[in-house]
Amino acid sequence: MTTEREMVTITVDGEERQVPAGELLIKAAQDTGTYIPRFCWHERMAPVGMCRMCLVEIETPRGPALVPACTTPVNDGMVVDTKGETVAKAQEAVLEYLLINHPLDCPVCDKGGECPLQDQALSHGPGESRFVEFKRTFEKPIAISELVLLDRERCILCARCTRFSEEVSGDPLIEFIDRGNHVQVNTFPDEPFRSYFSGNTVQICPVGALTAKPYRFRARPWDLEKVESSSLFDTAHPRIEIHASHDQVLRFMGVDNDATNHGWLSDKDRFGFQYISSEDRVTVPLMRRDGDLVPVEWHEALETVADRLGLIKDESGGEALAVLGGAQGTNEDAYALSRFARSVLGTNNVDARMDDALASHFLAATVDRALISDLDTADTIVVWGPDLKEEHPTLYLRARRAAQDLGVTLVIVHPRANGLDDRAALRIGYRPGGGFALLQSMAAGEHPEFEAAIAGKRVVCLVGMTDLADGPKLAESVAAYVRSKAASCRVLPLNSRANTYGALDMGLAPDLLPGRVALDADAAHRLVSSWGDIPTRPGRDTRGILEGLASGEIRGLLLVGADPVRDVPAPGVAVEALEAAEFVVSIDTFVHDSNRGADVILPASTLSEKDGTVTNVEGRVQLLNQIRRPPGQARSDWSILEDLAALISAPMGLSSAETIAKEIAEVAPAYTGVTWDLLDWDRRDGVVVPMEGEAPLTYIPVVLEGPGAPQAEFTLHAARVMYDDGVRLRHSPALRKLAPGPVAKINPADAPKLGARQGVKVRLVTRHGEGEFEISLDEGTPSGVVYVPINQRGGAQLGTDPVVRVTVVT
Amino acid sequence: MSTLIVTRRMSEHPADSHTMERYLATGGYEQARRAVTTMNRDQLVEEVKASGLLGRGGAAFSAGLKWSFLAPERPAYLVVNGDESEPGTFKDRQLLERDPHQLVEGIIITAFANEVHHAFVYIRGEYPKPARRLQRAVDEAYERGFLGKGIFGTDYDLEVTVHLGAGAYICGEETALLESLEGKRGEPRLKPPYFPAAKGLYMKPTIVNNVETVSNIPHVLAMGAARYAEVSSSPDTGTFLMSLSGHVRKPGNYEVLHGITWRELIYEIGGGIPDDRELKAWIPGGASAPWFVPEHHLDLEITKDAVAGAGSMIGSGAVIVMDEDTCVVRAAERVVRFYAHESCGQCTPCREGTTWMEMILRRIEEGQGRAIDLDLLVDVSDGISVGLNWPPKMTTICPLGPSAVSPVIALKDYFRDEVQAHVENGGCPFPQTRAPAGASA
Repeated sequence: MTTEREMVTITVDGEERQVPAGELLIKAAQDTGTYIPRFCWHERMAPVGMCRMCLVEIETPRGPALVPACTTPVNDGMVVDTKGETVAKAQEAVLEYLLINHPLDCPVCDKGGECPLQDQALSHGPGESRFVEFKRTFEKPIAISELVLLDRERCILCARCTRFSEEVSGDPLIEFIDRGNHVQVNTFPDEPFRSYFSGNTVQICPVGALTAKPYRFRARPWDLEKVESSSLFDTAHPRIEIHASHDQVLRFMGVDNDATNHGWLSDKDRFGFQYISSEDRVTVPLMRRDGDLVPVEWHEALETVADRLGLIKDESGGEALAVLGGAQGTNEDAYALSRFARSVLGTNNVDARMDDALASHFLAATVDRALISDLDTADTIVVWGPDLKEEHPTLYLRARRAAQDLGVTLVIVHPRANGLDDRAALRIGYRPGGGFALLQSMAAGEHPEFEAAIAGKRVVCLVGMTDLADGPKLAESVAAYVRSKAASCRVLPLNSRANTYGALDMGLAPDLLPGRVALDADAAHRLVSSWGDIPTRPGRDTRGILEGLASGEIRGLLLVGADPVRDVPAPGVAVEALEAAEFVVSIDTFVHDSNRGADVILPASTLSEKDGTVTNVEGRVQLLNQIRRPPGQARSDWSILEDLAALISAPMGLSSAETIAKEIAEVAPAYTGVTWDLLDWDRRDGVVVPMEGEAPLTYIPVVLEGPGAPQAEFTLHAARVMYDDGVRLRHSPALRKLAPGPVAKINPADAPKLGARQGVKVRLVTRHGEGEFEISLDEGTPSGVVYVPINQRGGAQLGTDPVVRVTVVT
Repeated sequence: MSTLIVTRRMSEHPADSHTMERYLATGGYEQARRAVTTMNRDQLVEEVKASGLLGRGGAAFSAGLKWSFLAPERPAYLVVNGDESEPGTFKDRQLLERDPHQLVEGIIITAFANEVHHAFVYIRGEYPKPARRLQRAVDEAYERGFLGKGIFGTDYDLEVTVHLGAGAYICGEETALLESLEGKRGEPRLKPPYFPAAKGLYMKPTIVNNVETVSNIPHVLAMGAARYAEVSSSPDTGTFLMSLSGHVRKPGNYEVLHGITWRELIYEIGGGIPDDRELKAWIPGGASAPWFVPEHHLDLEITKDAVAGAGSMIGSGAVIVMDEDTCVVRAAERVVRFYAHESCGQCTPCREGTTWMEMILRRIEEGQGRAIDLDLLVDVSDGISVGLNWPPKMTTICPLGPSAVSPVIALKDYFRDEVQAHVENGGCPFPQTRAPAGASA
């Protein structure tokens, strides 16, 4: 879709350069080899020309003129001097000004060693200061949120942080206050910098004015080892650099790339690394003895697991075994698990989804799947799915930018207020559970404004479940409907769990085999040659597996990075299943609600502790790199599975993550040609699969039947939020306390009729469950709706039925 | 010298020049009616261009030419700059207080000429009375059908909003004014790309004219461009208002013809220096203008080009006179302090540099000066205004920072010895009882 930009010739320091017409001079110079110093300019934000560090001289009809390179577009024949005497003197003056009030506390500043002010003072500044007066002082540092501290003495007032918050993340919670020499960045009274994206301001701060609690005073930059990787909270898999020292991961930094995150990260993706170094990690195999989990040797644990699983298989067949999980690991781990389940356990009872996701074929192989970058060039973006700000931070930022800066029409369909509402051209609400009714009314022509926004347009459609009441079928129906009206429709089916897309691509679903192959397809034969016999009858999905365990039809369960007790929406089902299971083995990093009663827990490695690939929401495969050793005796999933295979039947022959990747490229059709070499070398943005040939499976969404709008005084909007009680967040101290907890949000207008006030306890009762929640009055929740963020510590699960009864607890 | 245009009514009818009755009795709103009912944009732009009327906000740019630059996109806006904050300037205050209808009529003509349907008048926050008077005049104009829907019986609609600023000098800078009017921090925009004629108020084409400029418009029409252009024999047409203050016997606002000399202004119109003390220096065009001294500038004509040729500007027409007993270091410190205080803080050289300059000057005045300090001061100034010239070669976004440099140019060029005397004397050699010249504290 990109058009070739017209090139013009400019002269920089006497040397002719070909640069794109209209490009900012600072960027044109940088891309052709001349670095012009800067503080306020940031490639991903609009220029403001404030710091004046990038002053250069250009020739004008009225003689040479000093102009900021960051606000000056190039034109043909422009003659630029970036190093001459006038320029050098102006740049030196700016640096001297910036330093007169700077505390020069570099020895105790986290930024020291990677500080643009330090670096440019050295390269472009005066040798010493002539300032003999008193410096400006402020109380330092002050906490402006639970995560970020602000040192106003170090601040050079470049407005990067304030611009980011306003222009990029849409949370204008920090601003300049006061005037002239008294200007300072600060928050508004009683309104902390509580942004899901606050960590980005720390990363782009050109001095040590903004620091984040998790990294403060932990390391000096020159002591850090660095590898590139991807974060796995956000299923767009934003690109990161992992910084570690002495085998400890110390921070994640966003890596700028065009494909996904533009360098930005949500705070969950940035600070959620703390679990890696948690003291609570499982570091040795644990086995149940006399009711307690006790440490054992690996061989003992493996032999026990092999014996028990092998026994069940021999007695009841592979159908009595099941595998849940696999979405937390790499594609290589997922492939090993998929192969282990099929060829060793002999079962298709595998599912990486936790009964809260869209259909596997729709997620893995929807027709005309969109790229994230398609958001930039669409006519219209339709978001009928989760609040992107809560669940898909990268997509949120990209959609926000598209609507705000690129002229794309944004349409939001959601039961309650949404992070993108302020940029939406059209916003349509509905009562939870009423999605199908709304879609039907659209099809009946009752929403002409919606139809106008999509009819004949190039639409990118982001569909998923706005809440549990939507069920898995609505999103698919929405995609099918939009497709029927639009000139072209590209779809991103949304799922918000780690590497779910990669796991499905590796066949971790009852009806899929590796490489986006349907279980019944001829292509399945290709696998048989390398895997040996595999079962052909479709297996059970997560719900079916849990029911099978409860009924005794399934006897043995392998959990791999799965916590169904917390993640499956229907309350009690998973607990009942795990209690009834004859044998449960868990490969995991932590002990949690679902494996606390397991027979064996095998310690697994996690992000930063292993190499491998992952696949994101758009089908982009990217490489993760190891930077630390796994703690204790923890190991990668695939090597544990390989050992188990050898003990149960015969080795699978998997010898390293990289050789597994080669096997995937050979046997998994959608992954043909995806080699690590390709991902490692100058292809920072990874590759989108399938790279070549036709997609092995193409799923065309269809309009499905769905329930009518529920008739009830109150309906429940139960939706995932950024911070919850998931295993990794629970063990990340900086983020754990940010979760809202068990709250029920209602519109203030509904408070009197319920007799409720802010802070009172209410009991919510649904067909599936009940529990106590604290009332929070919230204008964003429509009247008649009760909004409950799911998976909160101490909060009950209420299931998927939206009808809810609310009573105040006295 | 005694040709009165914009102050004629208030001179002849001091008791009620601000009332609608008096205004109508003296030919009021006839030119607006004529413009709206019989003329079009091209004719009006040509008429104002031909009159040679120069903008009176400080830049002295041709008003007609400015109108002709208005980008074609609509809506367009008219913003009248009444944020008169330049130290020593108090002419717009008089026009607003004593002849508000003259301004309203000018607004109608200017708006009609520029296809504007909503005009704003931005008045400095410290001017409550002028704002009240203008608001009353606007209300009366609405009542009579001169403003609002279908004015003068035509299908032309015009709304006028009077807005009071919140006390920041920088909001007199036209783009900072627009930001402030939009409800944002008063900080100048980048030029380019944000030239008001193309991307002004709410990013729409906008004419920003000074109160005095707009007040002249009805007279340009009434007199006709040719006659207006002939009032003054100098290349700069028409009259202009000078606010004379400081050490003169008769301070005040004077409407004078372009082309008189500084000697005539200070000694004849201003009545000379009290107690016949010697003239030491004067600020010719508002606190931002580089200073003049009698040895070089007394017989210079007051025209845009002559003053610019001597390295300064007529600016907003504020003349501040300093006599022989004035300590120029203290005067410079006071001016620099003003600019440091009023810096918006957006760009580095102005935010940091002006405060540093203020600190150096205060040290010199208070006896902690060093022999190198004048050179340091000049060098710090050079980082804001390269070469210390006027018009300045700025390192800043707007001219506020370079304005603070103007007094330093005088210290460097004319008063090196006096600065040195401060250093050697261990402080100011002048009597401490004298109030600082130039600006009241």
